[in-house]
Amino acid sequence: MVKRNFGTVTYPLSGGSQSKPLVITNARVIDPAQGIDGKYNIVLDGGIVKSITEETPPGCNGGADIIDASGLWAVPGLVDMHVHLREPGREDKETIATGTCAAAAGGFTAVACMPNTNPVLDEEAKIRYVIQRGEDCPCRIYPVGAITKALEGEELAPVGEMVKAGAAAVSDDGKTVAKSNVMRNALNYSKSFDIPVICHCEDAALCAKGHMNEGLVSTKLGVRGIPVISEDIIVSRDILLAEYTGARIHIAHVSTAGSVRLIREAKSRGVKVTAETCPHYFTLTDEDVGMYDTNKKMNPPLRTAVDRDAVIAGLADGTIDVIASDHAPHVSEEKDVEFDTAAFGVVGLETSLGVVLTVLVSRGLLTPSQMVERMSAAPNRILGLPGGSLKTGSPADVTIIDPSVKWTVDPAAFFSKSRNSPFIGMGLEGAAAVTILGGRVVYRRG
Amino acid sequence: MKLQARHLLGLEGMSGGDINLILDTADSFYGVLQRDVKVVPTLRGKTIVNLFYENSTRTRISFELAEKRLSASPLNFSASTSSIHKGEGLRDTIRNIEAMKIDMVVVRHSCAGAPYFLTQCTDAVIINAGDGLHEHPTQALLDMMTIRQKLGRLEGLKVAIIGDIFHSRVARSNAWGMKTMGMDVILCGPPTFLPQHHDCLGVPVTDNIDEALEGADVVMLLRVQLERQSSAVFPSVHEYRDRYGFDIDRLSKLKKDVIIMHPGPINRGVELASNVADSEHSVILDQVTNGVAVRMAVLYLLGGGENG
Repeated sequence: MVKRNFGTVTYPLSGGSQSKPLVITNARVIDPAQGIDGKYNIVLDGGIVKSITEETPPGCNGGADIIDASGLWAVPGLVDMHVHLREPGREDKETIATGTCAAAAGGFTAVACMPNTNPVLDEEAKIRYVIQRGEDCPCRIYPVGAITKALEGEELAPVGEMVKAGAAAVSDDGKTVAKSNVMRNALNYSKSFDIPVICHCEDAALCAKGHMNEGLVSTKLGVRGIPVISEDIIVSRDILLAEYTGARIHIAHVSTAGSVRLIREAKSRGVKVTAETCPHYFTLTDEDVGMYDTNKKMNPPLRTAVDRDAVIAGLADGTIDVIASDHAPHVSEEKDVEFDTAAFGVVGLETSLGVVLTVLVSRGLLTPSQMVERMSAAPNRILGLPGGSLKTGSPADVTIIDPSVKWTVDPAAFFSKSRNSPFIGMGLEGAAAVTILGGRVVYRRG
Repeated sequence: MKLQARHLLGLEGMSGGDINLILDTADSFYGVLQRDVKVVPTLRGKTIVNLFYENSTRTRISFELAEKRLSASPLNFSASTSSIHKGEGLRDTIRNIEAMKIDMVVVRHSCAGAPYFLTQCTDAVIINAGDGLHEHPTQALLDMMTIRQKLGRLEGLKVAIIGDIFHSRVARSNAWGMKTMGMDVILCGPPTFLPQHHDCLGVPVTDNIDEALEGADVVMLLRVQLERQSSAVFPSVHEYRDRYGFDIDRLSKLKKDVIIMHPGPINRGVELASNVADSEHSVILDQVTNGVAVRMAVLYLLGGGENG
């Protein structure tokens, strides 16, 4: 058991799934994959969804554990398809254990972790290592393998072996595969496997020495900028390469109005492209950097209000399929420094759901059903995972959400090892109340 | 009279009243500098650390001289000899120095915002001696002091600042400070030397030098970093001199009492022709003299010295 102010996570999990059935009663069940939004009772047993019915299930009073979810939402377990768990290599920032506890507390039952660890996840054995380290954890882990060996952008990593070992996707996240011929080959090669190639889009030469969005705020602060075109150019290139090769790509952390426009247009042409954005891009802007706040420094950087609004519009119309956190833990030594010296990246696993509910859902910018689509159904579909729905026979991964609980982001209460949140002090409405993995309660709020 | 500001981080947002107070105080210290004995006892017993993370000869010497002439005890700390080579962060460095009981810190740093960062780490008074591409407030103050000294006023005068605006913290501080003082500033350089987004500077920007010089009372040339040729920012010294170099021809078309300024060091024959730099219009050495007076004023006003 790991306890914090905001609840308790069960870690480590001891083998097997719960023997007793678990029944969730009186929940508002939101499951866009089945077109469901209404009052249902869910029976979880043997690690799967046994039944989902409007009537009270028979035998409910017997040997089953019951969660009365009156006033709460029950949704298919949320998936964060873009996190950095830092293990192996930087266990001072995060470990697979602490990162998955943070995930469970954030309402996530699965995460996809990026390969820019030390060593880089660019071989079968390293993928297996991460999967094995995740075995007793309160959240499923799907490692993403590297596209190129050591993320150097030169030689292809053994995609087939990594997929066989359990990699759910490949990505050189943190870096763009700079050479277009290498990216073309990576896309072509990946077609043999049913995986997306996740694209980190950044023209490195255009953002040399940049530390925040290039705009009025960077001019005023005297900080070198990262222009929106550095993202747009590579989004555009990768869309063209995907179209030419017929491969499937997923654009990571969309931050610009230009990217949204390019992706929307590519989808209308039938290009196999999906995309994600992160809570900070639809909540904050470069104005929030304020007086050089390093907790607002990430890559891509916070953009302008025009970009933020375009990202929101892209989420609403489905151009952007997924909300992921890009959870990027850093120790204070790397953040409590001059702005230019500070590391890029922010944590997000424990604030993602609350921010989405507060900023998008409560303001009517996204319906609850669209939220579940973007945070569960879509990432499961893109990564080819078994979850994303509560239909009978699905994995018994459920997130129970309290949509009205009010709380304030306090990094001291994080399960994550790191504290570098851009939302410190922000008042949120809504959070995960209970997280259920394979039919077992792994997190309970309060 | 006291400054509203507790630190001097920049001129953006500084009130006209504060700027005037600094300039008036600097004028009286200018008087001190004309005496045989150029030292006053105002900051006796105060320890001032000159924390220079970026190479600088003239700014550091100017501050050190200002400190000595106020009878303060300067302590010099430069990157080449310091613990940053041992990997110590800025927070630890300042906390260690502070533990030795110091009163003020003059900081130059290649990272924009480093002086602000220091205000969050220490109780000492922080004076920005140049941070990244952000601000160099004492330079802009000494520029305004010099203009006022030569032309008798600031308000209504037109200033053309020409050169590598993008990389210039001097241009930023002057744009903000001079605008506050009612001056008419225009920034000029080839488009690759101009910030793409510049409305926040609050002054017009142009790549047309004739437009910039039209009706100018003050022309300020900025140093062109010759190494920027290699990063494709401008093609050649020859072409720069031809398009933006300030020479006798350009001078001859301006007002008779126009003054020519440069924050130094000059690339003679690049942004500024030698015969103009040495002409009677040039106030470049006055800027250097006034730099000491302005820095004395800033140290005095922020260091808790009593006026009068």
